[in-house]
Amino acid sequence: MHSDGPNDERGLSQQIAVTREPEQAGEDIWAKDKVFEVNDVTVSYGKKPAVRDVTMDIVRNEVTALIGPSGCGKSTLLRCLNRMNDLIPSASVEGEILYHGQDLYGHKVDPVQVRKMIGMVFQKPNPFPKSVYDNIAFGPKVLGMKDIDERVEKALHGAALWDEVKDRLDDNAYGMSGGQQQRLCIARTMAVEPEVILMDEPCSALDPISTGKIEDLMAELKEQFSIVIVTHNMQQAARVSDKTAFLIVELDATDENRWGQLVEYDETGKIFTNPQDSRTEDYVTGKVG
Amino acid sequence: MASQSPTPGTERARLATAGARAVTLDSLSNQPKSDVWKGNIFLALLLLAVTLALAGLAAIIIQAAVEGAPAFSTKLLTNGPSTVNPEEAGFRPALVGTLYLILGVILLVVPLGVSAAVYLEEYADGTKWWNRTIELNVQNLAGVPSIIYGILGLAFIVRGPLDLGFILAAGSLTLALLVLPTVILASREAIRAVPPSIREGSLALGATQWQTIRRQVLPAAIPGVVTGVILAISRAIGETAPLLLVGAATFVTFNPTFLGDNGYTALPVLIFNYASRPQDEFRILAAAGVIVMLIVLLAMNAFAVWLRNRYEQQW
Repeated sequence: MHSDGPNDERGLSQQIAVTREPEQAGEDIWAKDKVFEVNDVTVSYGKKPAVRDVTMDIVRNEVTALIGPSGCGKSTLLRCLNRMNDLIPSASVEGEILYHGQDLYGHKVDPVQVRKMIGMVFQKPNPFPKSVYDNIAFGPKVLGMKDIDERVEKALHGAALWDEVKDRLDDNAYGMSGGQQQRLCIARTMAVEPEVILMDEPCSALDPISTGKIEDLMAELKEQFSIVIVTHNMQQAARVSDKTAFLIVELDATDENRWGQLVEYDETGKIFTNPQDSRTEDYVTGKVG
Repeated sequence: MASQSPTPGTERARLATAGARAVTLDSLSNQPKSDVWKGNIFLALLLLAVTLALAGLAAIIIQAAVEGAPAFSTKLLTNGPSTVNPEEAGFRPALVGTLYLILGVILLVVPLGVSAAVYLEEYADGTKWWNRTIELNVQNLAGVPSIIYGILGLAFIVRGPLDLGFILAAGSLTLALLVLPTVILASREAIRAVPPSIREGSLALGATQWQTIRRQVLPAAIPGVVTGVILAISRAIGETAPLLLVGAATFVTFNPTFLGDNGYTALPVLIFNYASRPQDEFRILAAAGVIVMLIVLLAMNAFAVWLRNRYEQQW
């Protein structure tokens, strides 16, 4: 998977460099353990690139947010990190994504093994049509883990759901509220003990109270996991994340082709208070949507 | 005087209000007559179409019930057919034969049909021409006349490569081929109804594709698959033409077995035989046989509907 994209066409996009000036931050915020190193990644559906030339490092035990307008490829980028894009036959990834230094798209890498270590929570809660217990037990069971009961209880405690569901573990998960279903999906992911949890707009289908609960949860989860979250909601990114990447939609000269582009990636506080790029500033201050 | 009659000003206001009301009422109520008529005629035509469809069905059932009533007794189920003694004749061998045929069809068609549907829905890459060809042909096969399956069964199952002879198992195989496309289509529909988010959720936990299919997709699709299988089987029960070609003899007085080579029969075949005889007694028997078959079919379809309502998953 070596990048040999259309280098000569990039023009403007090539000049966009990610801001990495450790001296400004006081300490080197990038010196921590890296989970992912995304190097010059372009993801295409068919021949159309959805997101181009993204380079960013994702740090361990932090919440990293991807923000930007619709169609900027943030979900596409997220789904590359645990190879969920493999499910779409037309999707292809150029460039390099390193997970602890190993190429995620290397020849010997099995996507199933990747997903064991890098879990995912989806936009719409998608519990299995089974009981609460079976929803959580499914992952550990298929992975051949032991002590299923303890794992289920631990995961439900972890997702702050235990007190609400401990008396109805045998009830169908579809009887729960949307917020509970989403926390169940988070618990389900935690039960297989991944290292990273990817969240694709996990609160977009939820009411503010449920959203608040999940945001609180994320603050606790990052002690144990590294989290990458895609969100439409800038306030959410500001509240929960340590680092924020801002992507935009680029158009080519003919206005026919559009793709996502990483504009700026830095500490969340900096992105929201002192962005280096005027486009970031326009977006986070609400001048453009 | 001014206190007894309304002042000209308020009188004018009253008139104006009344006029405005009348105009509003008029514009609300005065639908053109022709529109009303057109609407009513259209509704009447629709009702007529529904009535005709139902009347045809009702006529067949009532006719069969009335005509077959004299022959209604447990003898129908317990006695074998007879050419000399219609009062004592029944459908037992045919009923047993039909049940065996169905059993054989189910055993063959469920594993084959579900596997094919899983392949087409979950594994096949729809952009490849061979997969599209398979899909198209499965749909075409569902519409092939049953007599053609009869000839196929005769040439390849009874004789030819399989060379089974005129045995009940050959009939089962032929009927299984006949309903297989329908079962595949119904199973695909049921599998497709399981939302992609369930597969994604399972795969994102590190489950393999097979684990996902085996433990999430198939359990969720089972009610739909079973419903489809039952409806396909009820088509198979009524089939006569292919069975005649693969050895369903019309007169068998003993209970058939799967592999017995001295003949078998099925309900529709025996009904056809009775109905084509000149004596009234046999026509009555044929009508009674129709009722027996309809009861079997209705029971199966009712079970399918119950199953669907009981286990249908709302996503």
